[in-house]
Amino acid sequence: MAILADKNTRLIIQGITGSEGSFHGQAMKDYGTNVVAGVVPGKGGETALGDVPIFNTVADAAKATGANASVVYVPAAFAADAGLEALDAGLPLVVIITEGIPTLDMMKVHWRARAGSQVVIGPNCPGLISPGKCKIGILPGHICLEGRVGVISRSGTLTYEIVDELTKAKLGESTCIGIGGDPIVGTNFIDALEHFAKDDQTEAVVMIGEIGGNEEELTAAWIKENFEKPVVGFIAGLTAPPGKRMGHAGAIIAGGKGTAKDKIEALTAAGVPVAERPDQVVGLLAKRGIRA
Amino acid sequence: MKIHEFQAKQILREHGIPTPQGGVAETPEAAVKIAQGLRLPVVVKAQVHVGGRGKAGGVKLAKTLDEVKRHASAIIGMDIKGSRVNQVLVEEGVDIQGEIYIGFVIDRARKAPVLIASAAGGVEIEVVAAETPEKIHTEVVDPALGLCDYQVRRTMFALGLDRRLSKEGKRTFSYIINALHIAFLSKDCSLAEINPLVVTGGGEVIAADAKMNFDDNALYRHPELAALRDDREEEPLEVEAHRAKVNYVKLDGQIGCIVNGAGLAMGTMDVVKHFGGEPANFLDIGGGAKADQVTEALRIITSDPTVNTILFNIFGGIVRCDRVAEGILEAKRRLSLDLPIVIRLAGTNEEKAREMLAGADLIACQTMSEAAKKAVELSKRAA
Repeated sequence: MAILADKNTRLIIQGITGSEGSFHGQAMKDYGTNVVAGVVPGKGGETALGDVPIFNTVADAAKATGANASVVYVPAAFAADAGLEALDAGLPLVVIITEGIPTLDMMKVHWRARAGSQVVIGPNCPGLISPGKCKIGILPGHICLEGRVGVISRSGTLTYEIVDELTKAKLGESTCIGIGGDPIVGTNFIDALEHFAKDDQTEAVVMIGEIGGNEEELTAAWIKENFEKPVVGFIAGLTAPPGKRMGHAGAIIAGGKGTAKDKIEALTAAGVPVAERPDQVVGLLAKRGIRA
Repeated sequence: MKIHEFQAKQILREHGIPTPQGGVAETPEAAVKIAQGLRLPVVVKAQVHVGGRGKAGGVKLAKTLDEVKRHASAIIGMDIKGSRVNQVLVEEGVDIQGEIYIGFVIDRARKAPVLIASAAGGVEIEVVAAETPEKIHTEVVDPALGLCDYQVRRTMFALGLDRRLSKEGKRTFSYIINALHIAFLSKDCSLAEINPLVVTGGGEVIAADAKMNFDDNALYRHPELAALRDDREEEPLEVEAHRAKVNYVKLDGQIGCIVNGAGLAMGTMDVVKHFGGEPANFLDIGGGAKADQVTEALRIITSDPTVNTILFNIFGGIVRCDRVAEGILEAKRRLSLDLPIVIRLAGTNEEKAREMLAGADLIACQTMSEAAKKAVELSKRAA
């Protein structure tokens, strides 16, 4: 089954003619994602990536193609607006890859999504992939294997590292979601876990967190009360100094809060074992009965 | 981005929020000159980005011009938590009858700005939150509606200000909260706080201290804020890295880490520590890892004299490992380095990359753990 993205996904690419949009657009097509339209204001009527029709507005694209998802590769200064346009067109899923969007702009996008019960993933994220079915974003398809473990992560390449381990161990992934490295993201760990709870294909979940905020702590408490499937964690940033932003806008220990130690303790106390190194994740899953 | 108190107060004044009269000085003589134009006593305050100035002796009351000179001499040049004090704010003292905290922050979980207020102002709000959380009142601001009047009223009652303030004082308080909210939004702040907001014996309300942090992602639309950046407050290597568009944070260890991706960069530091080594830095070279970026990254890392080993950890998802290997070889040619270099390249075209690096006096490893272990071993040998 997988979650959020599958064979029924009909995808719009906003910014399909830009360097990121066209490069990753082609990679998504090659992977088998059903890319039905592109949106570039002023280029309506043209085509991109061979035969994909371009529209001036998301509303036009959605109406003409029956699209049900959009991915945003628009530059940071315009990306929040692009997200709002996709929500306004009624698309149930909007994935924002762009890094560097002002927080106050994104806040409006998230409140708009909440009002319409729509799902936003990102921003500043690699997107999501349901191996063998559909990929939305920039995750490298060739390291993934259709399988049994759901993955939720605040990071990009660290996710690839752990996905690679799951693939080599022949466990494979049901869906892998990069929720993004910004202070405020559309879909958080708990939202993604709610989807995985209902998914038959997902037997266990790996959550990859990092310093900053207290979402991992909130998630730990929620898992203890609400989530039945085994969860294994990895938290990056044990050696990160306080008060310094570690690359991601959201990765900062502020006022003594948001340390990796607090997160690891909270998860461990909730029955979620936390790997000390990425290559221990598979072993921890095996201890919870998830073996190839 | 952080700014100094005197800069934050300038922004408050632009929004009509009352602050004490004063000026900023880089020498004791200039401090005295400012004080001559003010009503004594005055307060001499160290201008640094770190907190805890008062406890470190960086804030002093001066009743005479002599005292102004003495305090300014002592404070300018002082070291507060590793930050050198380059300037002091000299300001008229205020008649403190009560101290209030008000601030706006972004609440990550609620995805909205939140107004935080407390009648227990004058101390760090984190301390109040930890010790007496019941003294903190919060209002979530709907990003579409903005701050509503009833929320300001509710805050005033929650803080007991209806009894403490005159009618005029209540009006000023309400104005200040709204003005701070507008400043928070219009300047793309991640934090805007007044602590303390002083209630004077005369029932007036005045901002005695202020702090503002800005969302780095929004700086592109605030050219006026760029001038407020004080590079003297930053680690020099980090300033240089920032200019070169390399994402770098200096730490105290010996193993210089170059990694693609922020999460993996943190993970690599942690794994180095896990195997008994000490990471010298966080460094994310981003997706491309072209020769120019790798050269710049290596140059920054090797200008830290404590670095004795270099560890590359690259996971080629989108980026091809052979391209990265090319970049590393080119950078190595340009820089003539004599430190041991451990490289782990995994992902797309990793075999090809390993062949390219084979003859190049580099130690190539297959996994992140193997590479970290090797780097720790070499670093210990070099120490």
